[in-house]
Amino acid sequence: MILAMLREAFVAMAANRLRAALTMLGMVIGVAAVILMLAIGRGVEDSVQRSIASMGSNLFIVLSGSVSQGGLRMGSGAAPTLTLEDAAAMRELPGVLAVAPTLPGGAQVVYGSANWGTQVNGTTPDYLEVSTWGIASGTVFDDSDVRGATRVAMLGQTVVSNLFGAEEPVGKTIRIKNAPFVVVGVMARRGQSLDGRDQDDTVLVPVTTAQRKLFGAQFQGVVRFISVKAESEGVMTRVEDELNALLLERHRIRAGADPDFTVRNLTAIAETAAQTTRMMALLLGAIASISLVVGGIGIMNIMLVSVTERTREIGIRMAIGASRAHILWQFLLESVVLSLAGCLIGVGCGVLGAYVVSHTSEVAAIVSASSIALGFSVAAAIGIFFGFYPARKAARLQPIEALRFQ
Amino acid sequence: MATTPVIDCRGVVKDYVTDAGTLHVLKGIDLTVLAGEFVAIMGPSGSGKSTLMNILGCLDVPTAGRFLLAGSDVGTLAEPELARLRNQTIGFVFQGFNLLNRATLEDNVALPLVYARVNAAERRDRARALLDQVGLGAHAQAFPNKISGGEQQRVAIARALVTRPALVLADEPTGNLDTHTSVEIMQLFEGLNQRGMTIVVVTHEADVAAWARRLVQLRDGVVQYDGPVPEQFRKAS
Repeated sequence: MILAMLREAFVAMAANRLRAALTMLGMVIGVAAVILMLAIGRGVEDSVQRSIASMGSNLFIVLSGSVSQGGLRMGSGAAPTLTLEDAAAMRELPGVLAVAPTLPGGAQVVYGSANWGTQVNGTTPDYLEVSTWGIASGTVFDDSDVRGATRVAMLGQTVVSNLFGAEEPVGKTIRIKNAPFVVVGVMARRGQSLDGRDQDDTVLVPVTTAQRKLFGAQFQGVVRFISVKAESEGVMTRVEDELNALLLERHRIRAGADPDFTVRNLTAIAETAAQTTRMMALLLGAIASISLVVGGIGIMNIMLVSVTERTREIGIRMAIGASRAHILWQFLLESVVLSLAGCLIGVGCGVLGAYVVSHTSEVAAIVSASSIALGFSVAAAIGIFFGFYPARKAARLQPIEALRFQ
Repeated sequence: MATTPVIDCRGVVKDYVTDAGTLHVLKGIDLTVLAGEFVAIMGPSGSGKSTLMNILGCLDVPTAGRFLLAGSDVGTLAEPELARLRNQTIGFVFQGFNLLNRATLEDNVALPLVYARVNAAERRDRARALLDQVGLGAHAQAFPNKISGGEQQRVAIARALVTRPALVLADEPTGNLDTHTSVEIMQLFEGLNQRGMTIVVVTHEADVAAWARRLVQLRDGVVQYDGPVPEQFRKAS
């Protein structure tokens, strides 16, 4: 019975191919849009999540304050107020897992005939722990390198590929600002940061080496910023308060006066970014689903025309024994078949579109099984919902009048 | 069962309410048709024969009076049972053939069996057998618009017979056909009747009525004549 009716639905569609195709087009576009938008939203969300994960979790960054010179205010990080001693004191606070004082600077790095301009970060071995960063080969320089200000360096993948190509860098000597440095290790690939910076384009050296031999420091032991990693999410607020209290005390800042440093909670910022992308993905999906509804209305339109056109056929069917329920099901089935067929093609187009987007732009569009399932069930629901009114109209025809219809 | 009439109308009244007032189309029809009869219903336009036809075909129900079709009181039935009666007990043959142009001849003949929930294999077998019987077995996969009117009417008759109904109701079955083809169709009905099928034909042509064995004439909503087909009808054919 259901098979025979399904066959009739296909025959009816085949009899009006162009019309069926145009009707389906609405559904195709709707479903494809929903799937593509959800995929793009998911992809963006994913890349944000990945950036957050690579940035490290439970992270603070302590920046030194601004300085005024002859009326010019230099902005955060300009004042030479944060020192290695501050960092050492932070390390002693309860709830603090790792502390990495950092003095960054730009420098030209040379190996043989190759040279590459990159960011050189003077820091401590804790830096890799704070930023949840592993090493690909070699070792991390240790605390004795920091104490002794030795000329050792660790390279990011981008620097390695630009200086060494396929050659193994560990054990080789490079020149930074014309001073020789031995490469002791290479960091694992890390990818882009939240703001799109290449995190692998960097060189790490002991912070003391950077202070004394590369960039110089205005005062003994000064760094630009200090990254702090807390033990867990639960202690973040307490650690933030204690960092503030500690620095206020160490820098002898009276209550009410402007502090010469800033403590920023990076994890909170990252979470806001993640939330924003999630909202954006939802919004995209919502806009796309409007086109699904429009597609459904298109189906209702065509089914209403179809019922009017086939009034006589409905009369014949009733005369030879079709009940109202049969007629209702026949037209309902037809609209469901139409919308499901449109949905199937739409899924194909959506997946194809996601593939094209992934390969032509920076956004990785990720099609999830749940978005396909969603597209399908919504399409079926729309087929039934918008097919019901025309089908009921067909079923309510009086057989005598339907037979008389020309 | 043998004693139950196929058609049993008792004082059937049909009124239509229009803007101009109530129209009394049938004013009390008494009609009994037994199994195996071949009845022609005649009457001028406006006599109510189409309305009677619709009631006999369970497409409409009487305003008053009782109509029993093979023992079932049609006036008391709800829509799904009426549909079942149309499907199982009646075979319709229309003036305009009323085949579905999108479906093959075989599918057209098998269509009533779809609503009778007969499985696909049996549907095909029974449709093929009936197409063979009306001489169109070779065209089972053809479409209705590719064959002649007479052939279409044969297909319609095959469709009417496919559920093995108790009654074949034909409404002006030769109205769209030429004389020669009309004779062929009426011969087909006569053959069916000789094998025991109850047939009621509604017509306004004496030539057609002449094939029947009993004539019912309507005028202004009442039965004016009910008896054997008069001799002068036969001469005309």
